[in-house]
Amino acid sequence: MVKKKEYGLKEADDEVWDKVQDLLRARICQNSLPENMDGTFQSQREHLTDLIRRCATIGESNSALVIGPSGAGKTMLMSSILSELAKDSKISGNILQVHLNGLLQTDDRLAVQEITRQLRLENTIKDRVFGSMAEKLSFLLEALKKDEGKSQSILFVLEEFDLFAHHKNQTLLYNLFDISQSEQTPVTVIGLTCRLDVVELLEKRVKSRFSHRQIHLFHSLSFEQACKVCEDALTLPLNYLSKKFCTEWNSHVKEFLQERIVENSLRHLYDLDKSIRSVYSILLIPICRLGPSHPRLDSADVLDALKMSSCDSKSAMLQGLTILQLCLIIAMKHLAELYEGSNINFEMVYNEYQKFVQKKSHSIQCFGKPVCLKAFEQLIVLELVRPVEGSGFTGAKLTPKEYRSLKLLVTPLQVVETLNSFSGCPSELKMWATNPLPS
Amino acid sequence: MDPENWKNEILCRDKQLSILLSLMGKNSQATPPAIFIYGHSSTGKTFLSRKIIEAKGAPQAFVNCIECQSQRLLYEDILGQLSGMLPCVQNDYARYARCETANDFVRLLKNLIANEKWEKETVYIKPLSQDQLKINVKQGVDNAERLRNMEGHILPVFLRLSELSDCNVCVILLTQIIWEKFNATSGYLDPVKINFPDYSKNELLQIMTLDAPKEYSKAFYSSYVNLLLSIFHMACRDLSELRHLALMNFPKYIEPIEKGDATEGDAHKLWRNIEPHLKKALQTVFLREVSSSQWEQYQLSDTSTLPPLLSARAHVELPFYSKFLLIAAYLASYNPAKSDRRFFAKSHGKIRQTKRMKKAETSSQLTGPKAFQLERLMAIFYSIVDVRVAPTAHIFSQISTLVTLQLLSQIGSGDQLDAPKYRCCVSLDFIRSVSRTVNFEVMKYLYEFAA
Repeated sequence: MVKKKEYGLKEADDEVWDKVQDLLRARICQNSLPENMDGTFQSQREHLTDLIRRCATIGESNSALVIGPSGAGKTMLMSSILSELAKDSKISGNILQVHLNGLLQTDDRLAVQEITRQLRLENTIKDRVFGSMAEKLSFLLEALKKDEGKSQSILFVLEEFDLFAHHKNQTLLYNLFDISQSEQTPVTVIGLTCRLDVVELLEKRVKSRFSHRQIHLFHSLSFEQACKVCEDALTLPLNYLSKKFCTEWNSHVKEFLQERIVENSLRHLYDLDKSIRSVYSILLIPICRLGPSHPRLDSADVLDALKMSSCDSKSAMLQGLTILQLCLIIAMKHLAELYEGSNINFEMVYNEYQKFVQKKSHSIQCFGKPVCLKAFEQLIVLELVRPVEGSGFTGAKLTPKEYRSLKLLVTPLQVVETLNSFSGCPSELKMWATNPLPS
Repeated sequence: MDPENWKNEILCRDKQLSILLSLMGKNSQATPPAIFIYGHSSTGKTFLSRKIIEAKGAPQAFVNCIECQSQRLLYEDILGQLSGMLPCVQNDYARYARCETANDFVRLLKNLIANEKWEKETVYIKPLSQDQLKINVKQGVDNAERLRNMEGHILPVFLRLSELSDCNVCVILLTQIIWEKFNATSGYLDPVKINFPDYSKNELLQIMTLDAPKEYSKAFYSSYVNLLLSIFHMACRDLSELRHLALMNFPKYIEPIEKGDATEGDAHKLWRNIEPHLKKALQTVFLREVSSSQWEQYQLSDTSTLPPLLSARAHVELPFYSKFLLIAAYLASYNPAKSDRRFFAKSHGKIRQTKRMKKAETSSQLTGPKAFQLERLMAIFYSIVDVRVAPTAHIFSQISTLVTLQLLSQIGSGDQLDAPKYRCCVSLDFIRSVSRTVNFEVMKYLYEFAA
């Protein structure tokens, strides 16, 4: 047997770094499960596990809603429970799973098709015609009955549950809940959603059949816990690769997370959004850049990532405008302040622009109306300026382009800030942006 | 693939290039589920992402959302490109599969990836749009703006594609519009956002110098580009537009050299020769008033004049009464109703205090045409036409003809017969030229211009 070579951070070669990246990227990018979930959502976890276990063993029917903001770990919790239960052969042999997603199964017909497919009953059902959906569902469940007449338990997991509530008449939901209330087949329906008022979306008859068991998942991480989550995400298991490398790496991770810059950026993100996903987002770039020539997580990369995720994209787009377009935007800003609330159109903007160019400016070329109109239309394409609803853009109510009423979607503050950081901005323009022309 | 070699080909995009390359990593590694690239037009979004993805050699699909106006076309296009089965003569225009819904799409994509043993590789999908997506096992979408206008669930499906299909899929969205405008309701997974900033003046110069024709030195061409930018840069920062203009006007610039009047060193002389020419180009070719080929012809032959501009040709020959109807409509649109008595009544009373009346806060030439009723139009029409006209069916049909010609527009679709309202859609210049042909002085009747 060849003795495993011992190497530290500095001696590691391409292959090693690839493996490190494989592991870390999979954790960060694909929402894969953190290995140690202990402590987080313990009570919710027990509650759900209990529901599913009772359905599988005793044959009890149930329904529950898991509610929490996006990124709170609903899907993660669900799949970790399922993978844990899969280890228990008594349960996994006893229960069938059907996963539906409101984004994909956009109407009830598709949903029933998908149920048939996931229960592997396409052959049984073949060309049979059913009078109603209830009939079809009960046929499906009947077909699953085992020899002794004992029904098979089924677990339905409905992701994006609120979208199912928008289906016509909520037939699918009604039938699922109805089965869980009345029939012999043990069925557990678990809905995952981020809407807190989801129960209000349900019709009265559907609501009354729902068990009103709600399980809330909120972002309950404190900042220290969030840091711990980051550390866990970055830590390598000791038996992965060489031992020396891993210990060196793990201690490096500890150091890295204690750096001032990193801690501050984490704090900044945490203040904006408490979900784990957002905290993860700044780790992505430092991880992706790892390699033999760059063997350490770099706090400069963290700053890069922070800048990328938190930069004001509208200001970034404003930086790319031409001087002419900036003039038009400033003119619009002044007009909006002057005629508060009333309509502004291109003709007025052009008039204001001309006044400025003729009276106040020496270095700015005066462009004709068609050139300005071209620049202005580009602003509409970029959605920095928006035509007011119903101002006649379509056939019957056609108004000439110049007279369509418009609205500026940039705040005065953004305009001024853009001008301050704009490279090669004429000083007259800056003056004009803060002081409107005397009328 | 060797990113080092690209240094010469891809200029001024080092930062974006390195971020994209590091995000994508090796094909076997996980990538972020979605990358959102935004920036102005022609900042190299499509070029760069296409180049990187092609170099990766992973399964890939490039979709332009302008072409795929329904979700079915979009899905089938993506699947076809990934499986290499696009409809063509050889395979009798067969498709990979029929795919109408997002549900089918995700299922088929899963199958495809499983069959082709791509589990290990990243698939890129790139929908390009003014909203575009790219799909490769990494995918790309171009012109992604348009994904918003399709049914509400398509964009979230693409953003979550790797989660929904459980495969290593990366969707790249390219667009000019910022992310905040996409993100409407729940279910959106935030993508990694990358901004492609505009090229600065120096960068434009550097890139455009690559176009230098062989006969002339780079330095000479770059000084020409510099001149061009001094005229156009304030109005246009679009690289492809500027390159087009530079190549088109170059023959004119070197004309004095070819004739022997100047040498490459005579910068001043060359400048004086080209400046008026470029200024003219700004008014014409830049606005597409004359086509590029017409412009080239005009440059070659010294004598020939420019063909009439598109906008100047907008002269319409109308019947006699239609002209008067149009003039009447213009007057009704731009004059306030209370001034009608003064202009059109045979015997109006004293004109009281015109000065104060004239101080309306904004001129009607700025606020645009107002709506008016049919009766008012007809009343003005009768008073400006000297001859006695009978209100026949012809007159009324001429009004509706003017509407279909989009010289007038009808407001409010509800009331077609009783008291329809109209608005006049022509410019002052147009109405003046029309009134000149019938010897009518329209300026005398316009509230704003009349003394």
